[in-house]
Amino acid sequence: MSIAATQKRGFGAVLWDYVTTVDHKKIAHLYLFAGGLFFLIGGLEAMLIRIQLAKPDNDFLSAGLYNEVITMHGTTMIFLAAMPLIFALMNAVLPLQIGARDVAFPYLNSLGFWLFMFGGILLNCSWFLGGAPDAGWTAYAPLSTTSPGHGVDFYVMGLQIAGAGTLIGGINFLVTVVNMRAPGMTYMRMPLFTWASFIASVLILFAFPALTVGLFLLMFDRMFGTAFFDVSLGGNTIIWEHIFWIFGHPEVYILILPLFGVFSDVFSTFAKKRLFGYTAMVFATMLIAFLGFMVWAHHMFTVGLGPVANSIFSIATMAIAVPTGIKIFNWLATLWGGNITINSAMLWALAFIPTFTIGGMTGVMVASVAADYQYHDSYFVVAHFHYVIVGGTIFGIFSALHYWWPKMFGRILREGLGKLTFWTFFIGFHLTFFIQHFLGLMGMPRRYWVFHSGDGLDLGNLISTIGAFFMAFGVIVFIINAILTARDAKAPADPWDGRTLEWATASPPAHYNFKQTPLVRGLDPLWIEKSEGKGKMTPAEPLGEIHMPNSSFLPFLFSLGLFVAGFGFIYQTDNKAWLAVLIGGMAFSLGTMVVRSMKDDLGYHISKEELEREAD
Amino acid sequence: MSHDHSLNPETMPHEPEKATLEGKNKFIGFWFFLGGETVLFASLFGTYLALHNSTAGGPAGNELFGLELVFVMTILLLTSSLTSVYAIYHMKNNDFGKMTLWFIITIILGFGFVGCELYEFHHYITEYGFTFRSSAFGSAFYALLGFHGGHVTFGLFWMIALLIRNARRGLNLYNAPKFYIWSLYWHFIDVVWVFIFTVVYLMGKVG
Amino acid sequence: MTENTGSNKIDSFHKKKNKEEMQKQLISFALMIVFTILAFVVVATGMMDKMLVIPVLLVLAIVQVAFQFYYFMHMKHEGHEMASAMIYGGIWAAILAVAGLSTIVWW
Repeated sequence: MSIAATQKRGFGAVLWDYVTTVDHKKIAHLYLFAGGLFFLIGGLEAMLIRIQLAKPDNDFLSAGLYNEVITMHGTTMIFLAAMPLIFALMNAVLPLQIGARDVAFPYLNSLGFWLFMFGGILLNCSWFLGGAPDAGWTAYAPLSTTSPGHGVDFYVMGLQIAGAGTLIGGINFLVTVVNMRAPGMTYMRMPLFTWASFIASVLILFAFPALTVGLFLLMFDRMFGTAFFDVSLGGNTIIWEHIFWIFGHPEVYILILPLFGVFSDVFSTFAKKRLFGYTAMVFATMLIAFLGFMVWAHHMFTVGLGPVANSIFSIATMAIAVPTGIKIFNWLATLWGGNITINSAMLWALAFIPTFTIGGMTGVMVASVAADYQYHDSYFVVAHFHYVIVGGTIFGIFSALHYWWPKMFGRILREGLGKLTFWTFFIGFHLTFFIQHFLGLMGMPRRYWVFHSGDGLDLGNLISTIGAFFMAFGVIVFIINAILTARDAKAPADPWDGRTLEWATASPPAHYNFKQTPLVRGLDPLWIEKSEGKGKMTPAEPLGEIHMPNSSFLPFLFSLGLFVAGFGFIYQTDNKAWLAVLIGGMAFSLGTMVVRSMKDDLGYHISKEELEREAD
Repeated sequence: MSHDHSLNPETMPHEPEKATLEGKNKFIGFWFFLGGETVLFASLFGTYLALHNSTAGGPAGNELFGLELVFVMTILLLTSSLTSVYAIYHMKNNDFGKMTLWFIITIILGFGFVGCELYEFHHYITEYGFTFRSSAFGSAFYALLGFHGGHVTFGLFWMIALLIRNARRGLNLYNAPKFYIWSLYWHFIDVVWVFIFTVVYLMGKVG
Repeated sequence: MTENTGSNKIDSFHKKKNKEEMQKQLISFALMIVFTILAFVVVATGMMDKMLVIPVLLVLAIVQVAFQFYYFMHMKHEGHEMASAMIYGGIWAAILAVAGLSTIVWW
């Protein structure tokens, strides 16, 4: 269903369509809009932080509010902005890249989105209901277990619901890649974005259950009086740190790996070359994922786990630099001698390489235990993780959006505005965060709400704040760009002279993606057909009926039930009458599950005649 | 994805649970989910191992645990694992009646297990005042056992729903994968229990 | 569709194979029961030294679990490559988590 067609229908019809859709391309839109919205909220929180720190002894925010803002900035950006934006890309492109008609579980795809959405809304409701969580995005016990009010309760319930959605999404993409590949699309012919998304989904599968348990423990300590982290009853607060980082460290690879895939695709497309060292790239990605599970305690060097544990985790952490280095050199080698086009998508990818390399280098620095005692909880660490997460993930998302916007919305983003976004954001980013390395080395601690005028930190912080405004400007230009292009001429199917299967369908694709499943004859399948003069894919099957899944309102209702139950959990500590809300919400969700299993969902078929009527 | 989901003996495939794309997806997706569940229970086991000596002056494991009841529970759950194997055996031979019978035996054994577990908890609470609030050990014990017991209970109602839904229509390619993944779930619950009786009860008794 | 029950139209080859499979599963069940009884007896009688008994119990548990996975859940059959990859991945992450939580926490 193209944008033009949807615009002719009423707003209510479009809304209903999106609320009930199980089409991966529309769910990608939902993830993009929701993730984009939370990105703006998180960005606003970042601006509040930078305004507060613009000058010494500032009183723009109160100390308590500042704690809430930093907590929500981190939580929002990781869980509610970066994750869904990555899922938007996966949903939009992954099935197309492997020649599939849809994901393996279209219903669960929708369920995953609505769980994330209601979790995010629940978390942000805290702003209006007595204050947001204020224990940092890591919610270390006992700070989190003793934080007054309901802020941390919202954190626990919101992330629990959103996390369930993420786990569902991860399993869905895994099965899609395993079972739904087109004929000839072997594992070693999959585009790097698909590979990286697959491996990131493996990480989701093994990391998110740990978060689930951690949040349950925190929830029971806060709401039902258990003693996991209550030292007076024998509890142990280090358990939270372990479980959080057993989840948390793979999580940062979940955030970066899919974008490594994006850069690989973008470089090979715009350098007009096959990706250099494809096999090495795939195995380097696997190695990063494997090592990513054995390094979590490098977040806890100063906890006092002892020299043996610290040394093991330090060495494992430094080892990750090896596969990452392999990837950096392969990207450079892909560019070497290529016929390079520099446009907005490529600019973001090119800027990523030096930026991420700086972030990786500071990563090796903080991985060295002795030195980490100096860096820990200082602005040096803040600078480090913004260099990798913004310089990797956010640059990657911008690159991917410029690259795949035609495939997602059927329009090409305007180059001029795209370059304006890039240059302001890129310059602003380095202004904001480069100086923070030095602020950290000069002793500025992380998460403090003021610094004093005699500390010698004034100029650095002012530069940092100015940079933040540049970044905000860049983001606003991007939004204007997205709105303006909605009126532009329709994009061709293959605007970039692409190499992979997503460019073999219309922009945007029909709701069944491929009229006939394509036959894949090698890596970069579309490029093979182009270089042999055919220019389009050979179908692997005769034109026939296409089976499609039915839309469903149940995922929305199921998530709504959990959302309501979340309030019940949070407020039953004040008044036991809220238990009724808790039970009611859970019962409602269970009811939707029963409806789902009692009613067969066999989908429907698009007939051959109907397909023949539709133009290519 | 087949057009006709009904299954008659002539068209019965060798592995009905994987005969359709939808079935294959469910099969592989559920295995992956169990991989994730492994980490979920590992986190709970880790928490338990970190806290199992933190009794805060309350009763410790070797004072609480009685091996007789745990042995009965183990045999109940192990046997129910075997009976669900029988059910799947009859599913593969396309014998819906016998499959249903064995699944019913499986859930009866499962209810027996849950009953024993509830009795055990009740006993600890009333006789020893050992609750999930009394010490960090209590919290960790009830969290691990509760997660497992919750999985068992969920599985029981899941199978009841499946049996009621399909009682009148027999086996087909649409519901065969559903029965099959339930049996995977049930075996996995047994796997977790093997570690619970080993790590919590037996190792707890040893001290 | 009620006449589906009691069919004997499945070809005899697969029927025989299913039966052989079932026999293997019965043997593995018997072994699992034996291992379980062994584990309980070892603890109940206190016949072994504490240093020895814990590794013995763990080995018995691991063997039982292998029977569950490979025989009851058919992981030894074809078409389980991805499934076993993810189970072993989960076990790997699980071992790391348990090792971390049981060794490097403050006591």
